[in-house]
Amino acid sequence: MKLQQKLSSPFQFGRFRDKAGRQEQNSQANHSTVSSQKAINKLASRKALWVMVQKEFGDHITSWRFSILLAIIVLACIGSIYSAITALQAQGNSASLQSFLFLKIFTLSDGSIPQFTQFVAFLGPLMGIALGFDAVNTERSKGTLSRLMSQPIYRDDFLKAKFISSLLLVTVVIFSLGFLVIGLSLIVIGYPPTPEEFMRVICFLLTAVVYVGFWLNLSILFSIRFKQSATSALSAIAIWIFFTVFYGIIINLVSKALVPDQNGTTDDILRYYGQLDLLSNISPAELFSDITTTLLMPNVRSLGALTMEQVTLALDSPLALGQSILLVWPQLTALLALTAICFGLSYYLFMRQEIRSRS
Amino acid sequence: MEPVIELINLTKRYTNYTAVDSLNLTLYRGEVFGLLGPNGAGKTTTILMMLGLTERSEGEVKVLGYDPNFDAIAIKSKVGYMPDDIGFYDDRTAIDNLIYTARLNGLDSKSAKLRAEQLLQRVGLENAANKKVSTFSRGMRQRLGLADVLIKQPQIIILDEPTLGIDPEGVRELLELISVLSREEKITVLLSSHHLHQVQQVCDRVGLFVQGKLIACGNIDELSAALNEENTVTIQLEVDSLTSILKQKLEELEQVLQVQGATQNGSTEQVQIICSADITPEIAKLASQHAQLYMIQRRVYGLDDIYHRYFEGGEVREAATKA
Repeated sequence: MKLQQKLSSPFQFGRFRDKAGRQEQNSQANHSTVSSQKAINKLASRKALWVMVQKEFGDHITSWRFSILLAIIVLACIGSIYSAITALQAQGNSASLQSFLFLKIFTLSDGSIPQFTQFVAFLGPLMGIALGFDAVNTERSKGTLSRLMSQPIYRDDFLKAKFISSLLLVTVVIFSLGFLVIGLSLIVIGYPPTPEEFMRVICFLLTAVVYVGFWLNLSILFSIRFKQSATSALSAIAIWIFFTVFYGIIINLVSKALVPDQNGTTDDILRYYGQLDLLSNISPAELFSDITTTLLMPNVRSLGALTMEQVTLALDSPLALGQSILLVWPQLTALLALTAICFGLSYYLFMRQEIRSRS
Repeated sequence: MEPVIELINLTKRYTNYTAVDSLNLTLYRGEVFGLLGPNGAGKTTTILMMLGLTERSEGEVKVLGYDPNFDAIAIKSKVGYMPDDIGFYDDRTAIDNLIYTARLNGLDSKSAKLRAEQLLQRVGLENAANKKVSTFSRGMRQRLGLADVLIKQPQIIILDEPTLGIDPEGVRELLELISVLSREEKITVLLSSHHLHQVQQVCDRVGLFVQGKLIACGNIDELSAALNEENTVTIQLEVDSLTSILKQKLEELEQVLQVQGATQNGSTEQVQIICSADITPEIAKLASQHAQLYMIQRRVYGLDDIYHRYFEGGEVREAATKA
């Protein structure tokens, strides 16, 4: 009886609409208006992508993981501002402070706490990894992936939604941190940034987003490849530690082995530095630190070795913003390329994967 | 009858074994089809291939006229699939989960909410709509799964082991819900199971699936006819005692082929009589003349027998090929 009542509850609108809709669909299928059907599907799928992004974004924001990370990063930033300001005060009125004073907030340190850029370089990857390492395999192990994939959405839209939502969050976090630092420094040192300084900071923040985006993509790739979220988290962290800690040591060793004869020709020495550059530029951490140094220290004129010939008669003046960007263009491209490679790989792996429930 | 799912020579090979072996199957609009087989028979793999969730090695699949390798989206917008052991976002409420699915199917949030509420009522979860799914019991999750499948107003629903792990009353309600849906909304239902009795209750047709092969397909009557190759009728009697006169009289009947020994059952005896034709009335008459008749039953081959017969046969065959 109970069931009967339940069943006779109003479901009318669904049934009528459904019948009409079915006839429509039949006639559509019969009259081979396939292309228009596909267009409709595409539109619906685009809508679905943003529905997914919304949901993922909400999930991230309400998660504990994100709150903890945010707390760590905010504390680190405030610490670094403090350290920068003490360093500024200690140096007093020395001549080196006269130009681009505002950018010093980001790059100076009194030695007790690392500077802001180092914090971003160090904690940014952690944030990327934390947001991405269980993106796909948790959905798989909870059985929601197969339910999701049986909805009319494209598989790559699922990946894109995961990536976009996390990247959006990263962007929001990094920019709010950047503006927090700018605001705090304005209050403390009472010296406003010039427009160029401001633009340099914005460029730096954008680079930071790309950098975190790379680690995010890498961890999403691992979350597709490995069925256990612990495995994917560990492998992503392993790579992160390798590049931030061990890669520098390895480069040092290699450089000692490769070091040319003291009396070698200029060509030899230049080749040696070229090789070292190539090696260190494989590391995304190195790429990022090159870019930030150049962007935030306008006095940096070159990232590689220069001959005396090139340096003679050069004016020791800061570069314009455009020139600085031009200088790090290869590094920026490399960082974007690494990100794209990771995304491409995850796409390749995921598109042909079998989706079973909970396996 | 209009075919809605057509599988032709469908094969799925993994590196070291064949999960589905040249399967041919056609489902028609509005029917309830039961895919029956032991665990690991390839039922789920077949379903995944219909939805394009895994790639087939060979053969052809047409679902509503679409090929899942090319038009998976078109298929998925008209076919509802409930995986076995369905998962929901546990930290979200039931209605949130449903609304999310509805919105992925292109509904705006207002009508998604409306439809989600209606479906929750329909599956009897209206009181749990705002509870987190993590607090749900297995049966509730399964009913929520059904609502989740229905929210896109599908033409076909595919249920993978829908009754697994639910209590008998829950199973009864779920199956009733499924058969009502199929009748009222003219939805084609494909359900896989290894529970023959449950399948028997609701399915119009059944396919028996063993080791990637469809070894029999048809309605229950057809299957039991196919099973009963000798064309005999078995009649069970329960009498107070099988006297020699009765036995003699029974054996005198020309249709009776064999009277199988009496097994003691409390104060009564059970007798099995194998006949070449259905002569239940005559036997009943004889039995009541010569003994106290407690029960008489013409034995029909049920799914149980069918299942046993085919699946045991399958094992025998496997053993034979191995040897």
